[in-house]
Order: sequence, then structure tokens, then C-alpha cells
Amino acid sequence: MEHSDLKILVDADRGMISREIFTSPAIYKRELESLFTRTWLFVGHESLIPNPGDFYLSRMGEESVILCRDRTGEVHVFLNSCTHRGMKVCRYDKGNAKVFTCPYHAWSFALDGSLQGVPHFDDLYDGVLDRDDWSLLEVDRMVVYKGTIWASWDKDAPNFETYLGDAKLHLDMTLDCRDGRSGGSEVIGVHRWKFPANWKFAAENFLGDSYHNHSHGSVDAIGIGPSARSGVKGRRDDEMKAAQHIWISFPEGHGVHSAMEHPDAEFIDSYLDQPEIGAYFRHCYEERRRRLGNEAQLIPFTGTIFPNTSYHGRQPRGLCAWHPHSSGETEGWRFFLVDKDAPTAVKDFLRHYYMRYSGPAGMTEQDDMENWLYASAASKGTIAKRLKLNYQQSMGAAKLNDPLPGLVATQMSEHMARGYYTRWRDYLEGRDWDHLLGVGDPRFSDGEPVTKAGRA
Amino acid sequence: MSAVSDFSDLIGRNLAAQPGYAALQSQLEAFYFLEADLLDNRRYRAWLDLLADDLTYYMPMRANVPLAHNRSDEFTTVGEGIHWFENDKWTVVKRVEQIETGIHYAEEPLSRITHMISNVRIVDAKPNLETAQQIAVTNRFLLYQNRIVDDTTTFVGRRHDRLRHNAETGWQVHFREVIIEQGILQSKNITNFF
Repeated sequence: MEHSDLKILVDADRGMISREIFTSPAIYKRELESLFTRTWLFVGHESLIPNPGDFYLSRMGEESVILCRDRTGEVHVFLNSCTHRGMKVCRYDKGNAKVFTCPYHAWSFALDGSLQGVPHFDDLYDGVLDRDDWSLLEVDRMVVYKGTIWASWDKDAPNFETYLGDAKLHLDMTLDCRDGRSGGSEVIGVHRWKFPANWKFAAENFLGDSYHNHSHGSVDAIGIGPSARSGVKGRRDDEMKAAQHIWISFPEGHGVHSAMEHPDAEFIDSYLDQPEIGAYFRHCYEERRRRLGNEAQLIPFTGTIFPNTSYHGRQPRGLCAWHPHSSGETEGWRFFLVDKDAPTAVKDFLRHYYMRYSGPAGMTEQDDMENWLYASAASKGTIAKRLKLNYQQSMGAAKLNDPLPGLVATQMSEHMARGYYTRWRDYLEGRDWDHLLGVGDPRFSDGEPVTKAGRA
Repeated sequence: MSAVSDFSDLIGRNLAAQPGYAALQSQLEAFYFLEADLLDNRRYRAWLDLLADDLTYYMPMRANVPLAHNRSDEFTTVGEGIHWFENDKWTVVKRVEQIETGIHYAEEPLSRITHMISNVRIVDAKPNLETAQQIAVTNRFLLYQNRIVDDTTTFVGRRHDRLRHNAETGWQVHFREVIIEQGILQSKNITNFF
């Protein structure tokens, strides 16, 4: 596949994208080789491995990785494959271990990845095998960021905060305590499920595709939110009803939908089903205002950190990793977040809400999966593939760095997707890191072209 | 302690030789077959009447864990954290209401579903089998679901039920634990009732 072909597949200037990028096994293979080997990927959360020896199986791209904490408390991420004959050295989803012993020939690896035990070493390998060369393969880059753990297979990857760029502000609001303290979240459970859709449909959905609200008409009509038992319709409390919604594309490919409250805004009554829960969130809201001042005007809604990590910022609150299985299959992992020091009653209230909203049995997200499945399936046909998908929504409507850094629209917009797929194409073309971070991207110096498709 | 563990104390019990077992088991099978008929014929409102108002109906998630840990860590624990779902009666009613909107696209058009129920065993009865008012039951299900064209799922698993009898409503389920034999869920959705 030549670079010029990729250019045709993603025509962001005209707002058209080929269906091939969601269906082609050849493109998928290239994603695994050129994209998932370079980007920062979300692999888990510290609260899943609190103690030395704790491990948790995760994924990076298609491959199994072991997330673990060694005896000194350091966090590691290893490829889950024995350096001798390739067997998975760990097939438990979680646990506590002193070593990882391969079931095949019993090579064992310490929690820091070093090769420790080699059966019959003296007779068979003495003077031949240098153990230091055969440790478990560890990721080239790893960072623990506000409890979340991210890794990359590219030693030249920029540091994580550079990679996040100005999307950091929005991710932070998802990870920080509800009262504005930095960090402090914990994971109270992880959904893992496989669905027959291309992974990018899920990632794109969370970039800020607010246009798909229609899909969730059923839950909005009956009411499943934190005030639903009190008769309030909708799938969440209308916390942003007085706020200015903003849709932002970032140079690194990330995209978010957040909202800016008025400086004098006050807490909007919510969590009506349990007054003490409402009082708790009112307290958090006011405390956050006091602590952060005007910065507290910004509230998070959804976002995707390039390429496959998404978040829901408030109701419900959590992180998703969209792990690819094939061009037409994805494994969704959803990590549900609460403030670690929230009262038990609050955590209990939230977990019930999270479960009825999210995941394969979630009343809201079931309808998302249906969309992603049939959007993937109906794009496979010979005739269907002749048609480009339309990404022209709000072309030219976004403004630079107003009121926040990034390319910002104040109306629903698909410019986040146009930016995301532009960067996606750059990875597949093997561009250098400056390019991948958006350096020199005219959208972030001149804004997006305002030309209408077909007339350009 | 998880409900799996609660039931694990009961699972080895064999009450079959005790007086009243056969009659009660026959009643229960009739209850389960009625439940399956109501669900598979989409008579959700009638099915709701078989569920008690204080219902807990949940499906734990499962993990691959070492043998030594498998009692405590394999299953998520009812009342704590996240499961595939943990519904009370209100939430189950909401799920029925959602289907009835006609715009719940994951179930519109409706899936075609058959429940097969088997291996019905009473493992506890209070005060006794002959005058039982409260019972604990284990059983198996095989649930075939097909929708649109070729979107097909088979759920196979176990149910751990607690039922209560009263004169007005007959038997009603007030606790149901649905265990499926999967860790990472191999279905895009769980839109059905077990």
C-alpha cells in the first residue's frame, strides 16, 4: 500500500473517508505494525495491583501483556510470552505471584522480568545461555499518571504528557477527585467483552460524536439516570444544561466533548434519588470551585486519547480501551472509576448507575454496540465500499484556541474525527514524531479549511 | 461472601429422597417452564409478576485465577463493585419499558430467543419440603438468541435462585444469580433476560 493510497482513504479536507479503513485486513495489519507499536496505550490502573507481587493481565494492540508490581513497588509491563518457546507465562487474569513460571519448560521470570529459573541449567546451558539477555520483553516506555498506567513499544515516543498535549486538561478532570483534588481515583470493576465491529468505531464515538444522541432515545424516554426514580427522564442528570458545550480536536489526534460553565454557575440539583448522595456531590462541586477557581468552569463529558483510549468524564465515569482483535472484531475493556475516598454509600449508588448505563448489559451502550456492528458489517460489500463515508459536519466552524487550546467548535462537529483520521493516516505512513504530534499541521496554525466538499 | 459461596454450601445436598421432594420439584419445573414461555413469547409484563419486589438479579463476572484462589476471586461478589449487571426490580421493569419504547435498537427488531431449562434441583426448603415457603434451587439454562440475519448468541450457564411463596402471588423469585461459562464475554450485548 502506497502513501498516495492512504491519502485517498482519508480525505479530511473534503470530509470523506473510505470504508476500507474499517474493513480491510491489509489496513488492519498495518495498524498493528505502524500504530499500536508506537502510540501510548492505556494498560490499566494502579488500584488493580496495589501490593508487591500483584499482577493483572492486560493487552496492547492484539497482544497480551502482564501488568505487575515488583517487590520494590515498581510497576512493570511485560509482553506475556516466554522468551524460550513463546508460551504465555501467565494465563491468570489477576493474582499475586513471586515469579511467573512458564507452563511449557518451566523457565521462570522474576517480577522485574529477569530470567531466574532455567531447569537443568548447569547440564544444558552453562556457558551458552546468558540469562541477562532473555528477560521478559518489557515495554520501552511506561508511565503511571494519576493512577492510570500507560505504555508504548517505541523508545523514541515523546513523554506521556507531551503526547497528551492540551487534551491533558480534559483527561485530568476525569481522573481527578470530584472535589478537584489531583488524582485519587480507583477502579471498582472492569468489563471485558468482544464485539464484531472495527475498533475505530468505538474510539470515534467517544471523540465527541454527540450527533448520535438519537441512538439513545429509548433510555432518554424512560429515564435511567441518577434521578430517574424521582421521575427525571434522560440517561443522566442534566448537569451541563446551562454550560457552553465545546468540541475540541487536538494536534496529536485526540478529541473531546467538554463544557464550560458560566463563572457564576451554581450546582444543578442532581442525584435526586438519594438526597445524601446529592448533598455529597453538591459539596464536591463547591469544593472544586473553591479549590480551582475559574478552572472549575470546565467540566468533562467524553473524549478519546489517540488512538484507542476513551473516557466518560462524569455520569457515568470511566475509561475504555478498545483492543483490536481483527479488522472486524474488538475487545472492549471498561474500567469504572470512583473517588477512592468517597463514602461507601456514594460508591454503591454509582456502581448501580454505571451497570445500568454501561457495557454489554448497559441499557445505553447496548444500542452503541448495535450501531458499531452493523456499520462495520454494511461497509464490507463490494458496492458499499465504492461509497465514501461522510465526515463533513460543521466543516470550517471550529476556531483556534478559543476559549481553550485546540481547534474548538461550539456546535456539534466532526472535526475531531477529521483530525483523528488525519493523524491515523500519518502513523500508517510512518511519519516522524514531530509530525505525529501535529507540528506544522496547518489546521493548528490557520484553522480548518472552510471550503465545502466538492468545491475545493 | 459471594452468593456463589452461599450456594456452595447447599450444592452438595441431596434432598431427593425426602418426603415432598417430587411434588415440589414438579411445581418448580412448571414455574420455570412458564417463565421460559412468557419470556420467549415476549410477555414481559406477565414475567415481571414472577419476580418479587425485593429482587436481586445479577450476573457476576468471572476471571481466570489460580486454583487456590478460585472460591474467593473467580467471581465478582454480589453487593460489591461491578458485575455484568446487578438489577433490582425497578431496574428490570426499566429494561422492559426500554424494549416497549420500540426505539431500543439493540432489541428492535426483537431478537428471537428460546430458553431451555434443565437440571432443576431443590437444595434447600424452609420450613420443609412439604410445606415449603422459601426454597433455594439450582438449574441450568441454554439460551439461543438470533437477531436480524446472522447475529447469533448462545448463552449456557447456571442459575442459583431463591424463591418465596405466598398465597397472593404464588412462587416468586427474589434472588437470582446467573453464572455463564465465560470470562471475557463473547457476545456484544446482553439484552435478554435469563
